[in-house]
Amino acid sequence: MRARLICSQWMCVAVVVAVSSLSGAQSTANQENQWMGIESHIGNLTGHAANAKDDYRRYCVGCHGDLGDGQGENAVWLDPKPRDFTIAQFKCRSTPTGTLPTDEDLFNTIARGLDNSNMPPWNTFTKVQRADLVAYIKHFSAKWQTEKPGTPIQIPPEPEVTADRIKAGQVLFKKLECWKCHGVEGRGNGPSADTLTDDLNRPIKPFDFHDGDRFKCGKSNADLYKIFMTGLDGTPMPSFADNVKPDEAWDLVFYLRTLQPMKTKEKEIARQLGLKPIDPNAPNP
Amino acid sequence: MKFQHARYSLAILASLVLVSIGTVMLDQKVNAAAEGKITGTVKLDGTAPRQRPIDMSKEPSCAKIHESNPVHMENVVASASGALQNVVVYVSEGLTGNEASAVSSENPTWDQKGCQYIPHVMALNPNQHFKVVNSDQTSHNIHPMPKQGGPNHEWNKSQPTGAPPFDVFWTGEEVAIPVKCNIHPWMHGYMAVVKGPNAVSDANGSFTLNLPPGSYTVTAWQEEYGTQTQKVTVAAGKPATADFTFKAK
Repeated sequence: MRARLICSQWMCVAVVVAVSSLSGAQSTANQENQWMGIESHIGNLTGHAANAKDDYRRYCVGCHGDLGDGQGENAVWLDPKPRDFTIAQFKCRSTPTGTLPTDEDLFNTIARGLDNSNMPPWNTFTKVQRADLVAYIKHFSAKWQTEKPGTPIQIPPEPEVTADRIKAGQVLFKKLECWKCHGVEGRGNGPSADTLTDDLNRPIKPFDFHDGDRFKCGKSNADLYKIFMTGLDGTPMPSFADNVKPDEAWDLVFYLRTLQPMKTKEKEIARQLGLKPIDPNAPNP
Repeated sequence: MKFQHARYSLAILASLVLVSIGTVMLDQKVNAAAEGKITGTVKLDGTAPRQRPIDMSKEPSCAKIHESNPVHMENVVASASGALQNVVVYVSEGLTGNEASAVSSENPTWDQKGCQYIPHVMALNPNQHFKVVNSDQTSHNIHPMPKQGGPNHEWNKSQPTGAPPFDVFWTGEEVAIPVKCNIHPWMHGYMAVVKGPNAVSDANGSFTLNLPPGSYTVTAWQEEYGTQTQKVTVAAGKPATADFTFKAK
């Protein structure tokens, strides 16, 4: 008799669980019906959200969740947290701070992955699969229905590295007060470093340039350029586009390369120059 | 015959004059109607929580400014008599279409001065432009954080010392958007984006809203104590009163 009672209690629990998971599935279904027609456009490629359903379920849902809200079952174990697609805010963009990224930005992020996070490079996908997934990511937020991506920032062709440019970059590093967070030697130990938090109010560390070139949004010089000109939305890293001219931005890129642990052209020039770390107390030239 | 003609024209002239006088008077009446207003004060009932002093020693250029007069947190700014400052007062219900869609032509300034936001709380209409200024000898990053998934986008811009002011606006209503500087973590403030006439209570806790006669719901918002509402009827030419009292926690 007692065993039977326990058994029926468990059945009760099972029913509740089943019903609640059903309703969860329903809200996903509603959302899917609503914006599933959305497309992505990368060059000549057109991605269709509906085609990415299986890939998303297979590869993305564990972290980003059924509803795209970053609440997948692995999310509790991860830091940084998986992106919540329902708010349509992204770190790696070619567009100004506070705007939506381009389809191409999302397309590149999927292939590149995000260093220093649990997002691996998904370079096993075909371009079509990735384009479809970009559309699928966009179907989670109404923002993609009402707003257009920002206009990508201007990136002039990369100039020749010169000693003058590296020196000018160092002046910018001091003047823009990059060192307040990243430290005078770029070790991520500036006076404000310990107090930084992200949008979820979780502690976040500024990048240590002596760690290597595992920048959040790509390793190339152009990626580095984009990171500080557009800012990493959702983190303390602001956009410097209003106060750094496009050509000057290259100077800063070259200077940042002198801080790297590996051999770089810039580091060699800095060595020949006998470049010392900045003195934050010295007046700006 | 001629005399009669003259009489007719006189009558027409007289009626024209009367009509025009009437129009002028009617106009005045409309103007008087537009000049209705709500005035009031915001008070704190009880003792304000202790506002911690801010240690700016990590930013010597700002610490120097406040050397003789140390600054405190501004979560609750109340006078000895209980007047509550920095409370946003706005009309949450009862605005006509015109009043609700009007955008103030004022172009307020959000200043970063002495490593503080001045003002600490600012009220704006959607699409009302404002200027962000850095008056300090240090870089700031201005980082407003609207509600995620809401109508406004978060952004984060660096403004080094000497950089020119920039112009910006919010599109969606939101009470209120917290603003912070990540470089100087003690800096924080709020921007309230509301439709129609709005005010922020001053050091005496007083505010004025200019409104046409009508029935309104007026809301007061304070960053620690949340919102309070009350119904107010504004009559032509006679200021209505709406006082608010927040209870200290």
